[in-house]
Amino acid sequence: MTDATHGPDAVTGVTPDTGLRIAEERHNGEMVAADGTPLKRSLNRALRREKLRALALIAPLFLFIVVTFIAPIADMLFRSVENQIVSETLPRSVIALEAWDGEDTPEEPVFAALAQDLAIAVELKNHTRLGSRLNYETTAASSLFRRTGRAADDIGEEAADQFVELDPAWEEPATWIGLMASEDWIADQAEWAAEAEAAGRDAPPEPRFALRDGVAEALPRTADMYGAFARVIRAEDADSPTEEDPWPIVYRALHDDLVANPDAAASFEGANAQLLGVAAGAVPSFEVTGFRDTFLDIDEDWADPTIWGTIKAFSSPYTAGYFLSAVDLQLTADGVAKQPEDRQIYGLLFGRTLFMSLTIMGCCVLLGYPVAFLLANLPMRSANVLMILVLLPFWTSLLVRTSAWKVLLQQQGVINDLLVWSGIVTNAGRLALINNQTGTIIAMTHILLPFMILPLYSVMKTIPPSYVRAAKSLGATNFTAFRRVYFPQSVPGIGAGCILVFILSIGYYITPELVGGTTGTFISNRIAYHISQSLNWGLAAALGSILLAVVLMLYWLYDRIVGIDNVSLG
Amino acid sequence: MELPPYATTGQRIWHYTFLVICGLIFFFLIAPIITIIPLSFNAENFFTFTPGMLALESDAYSLRHYRDFFQNPDWQQALSNSVRIAPAATLISVALGTLAAIGLSQGHVPFRRAIMAVLISPMIVPLIISAAGMYFFYSRVGLQGSYIGVVLAHAALGTPFVIITVTATLVGFDRSLTRAAANLGAGPVRTFFKVQMPLILPGVISGGLFAFITSFDEVVVVLFVGSAAQKTLPWQMFIGLREQISPTILAVATILVAVSILLLATVEILRRRSERMRGMSPA
Repeated sequence: MTDATHGPDAVTGVTPDTGLRIAEERHNGEMVAADGTPLKRSLNRALRREKLRALALIAPLFLFIVVTFIAPIADMLFRSVENQIVSETLPRSVIALEAWDGEDTPEEPVFAALAQDLAIAVELKNHTRLGSRLNYETTAASSLFRRTGRAADDIGEEAADQFVELDPAWEEPATWIGLMASEDWIADQAEWAAEAEAAGRDAPPEPRFALRDGVAEALPRTADMYGAFARVIRAEDADSPTEEDPWPIVYRALHDDLVANPDAAASFEGANAQLLGVAAGAVPSFEVTGFRDTFLDIDEDWADPTIWGTIKAFSSPYTAGYFLSAVDLQLTADGVAKQPEDRQIYGLLFGRTLFMSLTIMGCCVLLGYPVAFLLANLPMRSANVLMILVLLPFWTSLLVRTSAWKVLLQQQGVINDLLVWSGIVTNAGRLALINNQTGTIIAMTHILLPFMILPLYSVMKTIPPSYVRAAKSLGATNFTAFRRVYFPQSVPGIGAGCILVFILSIGYYITPELVGGTTGTFISNRIAYHISQSLNWGLAAALGSILLAVVLMLYWLYDRIVGIDNVSLG
Repeated sequence: MELPPYATTGQRIWHYTFLVICGLIFFFLIAPIITIIPLSFNAENFFTFTPGMLALESDAYSLRHYRDFFQNPDWQQALSNSVRIAPAATLISVALGTLAAIGLSQGHVPFRRAIMAVLISPMIVPLIISAAGMYFFYSRVGLQGSYIGVVLAHAALGTPFVIITVTATLVGFDRSLTRAAANLGAGPVRTFFKVQMPLILPGVISGGLFAFITSFDEVVVVLFVGSAAQKTLPWQMFIGLREQISPTILAVATILVAVSILLLATVEILRRRSERMRGMSPA
């Protein structure tokens, strides 16, 4: 080896030669890169770097799609099973209902729990939402909850009156604070009140209410209801329990507690103990109506086990109920049952969507095949010109094409005018071509036809014309040569086009909405209806999930046959 | 498709019947779009040809529906919304989509199929499902009914088209060119803008046009994700068609047909240019 510091090799730094030199020095036969690391490791590192670079380029879009698209789809799937509204709005009733047999009207404890839940729900204005939710399952639920909500304010009013009659102190918020609130909270609250006075408008929120130790054991119902009262007052009305007297239901809870536990006063000291002691002595003589009678008085429907069955069936935070509704079944207290006849519409709708999509697909094959055949067999120049006639509709706005059909197909539209003029139909017998299935099928066949022609064309382009010629020279007639030689080779194109058209058509919304009337609409129109009009989002999500599953399955099939990468854009 | 000189009478009849059938199908494809063009110049408020129009009388034709389009505040509001939303969405789609397509076209991408499936999914999922999901999710995060929400939604719908067209262009891209640039001392950024970008530009532009038309034509998603303040041109047409159909819609439709002819021509020219640049031109 020559001296590397003289002559043409006088390069400072690393050169490809360096690697060879190092390898030679080491004499172990291992290949090394220019910087002396073994070649294998060096290549691995380069590969890893290349992978990371590729991923870094993809990452921004990947994250973007995940956030703006995949998350919404996941949200929809989640909503199709999510059902927290019942257990959140009626937590006590749901627990009380666990012991219910499902046969008769439930017993007093269930109604007591319902009274407490409703008192809170009415203050939070949640009961109408719950009513609408349950109305999807049992028709009378919405009005039942609305009516009950109006009367629920007064439950416990008689108990409250009798407490106040016994001792006016019961009307004072301070009495209740002294009885229920913890010492710490009273101190914190006083401090906060002084600060809030000074700060004026920008005051921080009042400290979170805390119960006195031991109250929850001595007076469980009262503590529960008063705690809820303090929470709601603070959060919803931005008010303080120190300034508001409790809801009537709290008095009623205290009454029930004192009846159940006359010695409750023993857990208290001083004035509180005395007040409670007197009350405990008086409550047995109070006149109060049972919760059950109160509710039956408000609305007879509470005696009906159906509504209770629905509440019980939908009490878990996740439900299959929406999916069952989407296939004309329903969830009852006894398990899964069929929907009543007049509410079975989704089977019909899915069937219609399927039937119309298949019809449209069939029409597209019938119309698309000859055109693709012609385009594939014409010389390039004339094929290109005719291709424009296919591509122009493909590129034209969907709404332009739909409005064209809407105008042409009307009773007083161009097509009917032409038919009348040519004497095919009489003026009185103008055809109804729009706002029915015919309208949807005609317009959608037109809109989806290019999606059939393009894949068919690209497959037919690859069929060598010599095969048909060979068949003919072997004695086949034109028809036989087409049927036995050409057609089988074009089947992949038909398959690809059919799946594409079918997938596109079962999810179509705009065209059926505009030209379909009532009989020509698809499942997607029902989804849109549930989102924007009936507001039954759960059912919309369940219908969407079923549709999504069907489409993904078809795409998987498409991928097996054609390959997603081969999606052509004309 | 030439008829051989020895064809029998039956074959001749069949050949011409076939041509007539094809002609009728082409007529079916193109006639609805052509018919609305003269109808949009109707002087009356009708959706059919008046006797005057058939007699080609000049006073049966007028530009009143076009005037209405340019003067009606509803239509102008819709037009300006469309013009504000589509380019913004296209910009996001093209920027993110081109980067990702370059990443995807490198030799070694782990989980390539899975990544591709996720990136293409906005094109696969039916629009009504995308719209429903976006409506639920965007209202949770407070983007429902906002300009940004609509732009993001449209950008997501447009990216698959950018990825597909740019990936297709990159298939014919000679990677030794970037190596040559690097060898001559250009950094990766400079290589990208000076060497790679000019060569894949036709693909990027036609991908961008697809993304643009996707957003510009899109009505289902904007109907749910947008609010009245984001009412776009297709949305206004949709309302017009569903409620009180007025011939102004035909004027708008005619303008849109002209726009799509323009776009179709651009894409076709770009496609041929890119084929020529890659030396793939079929003579």
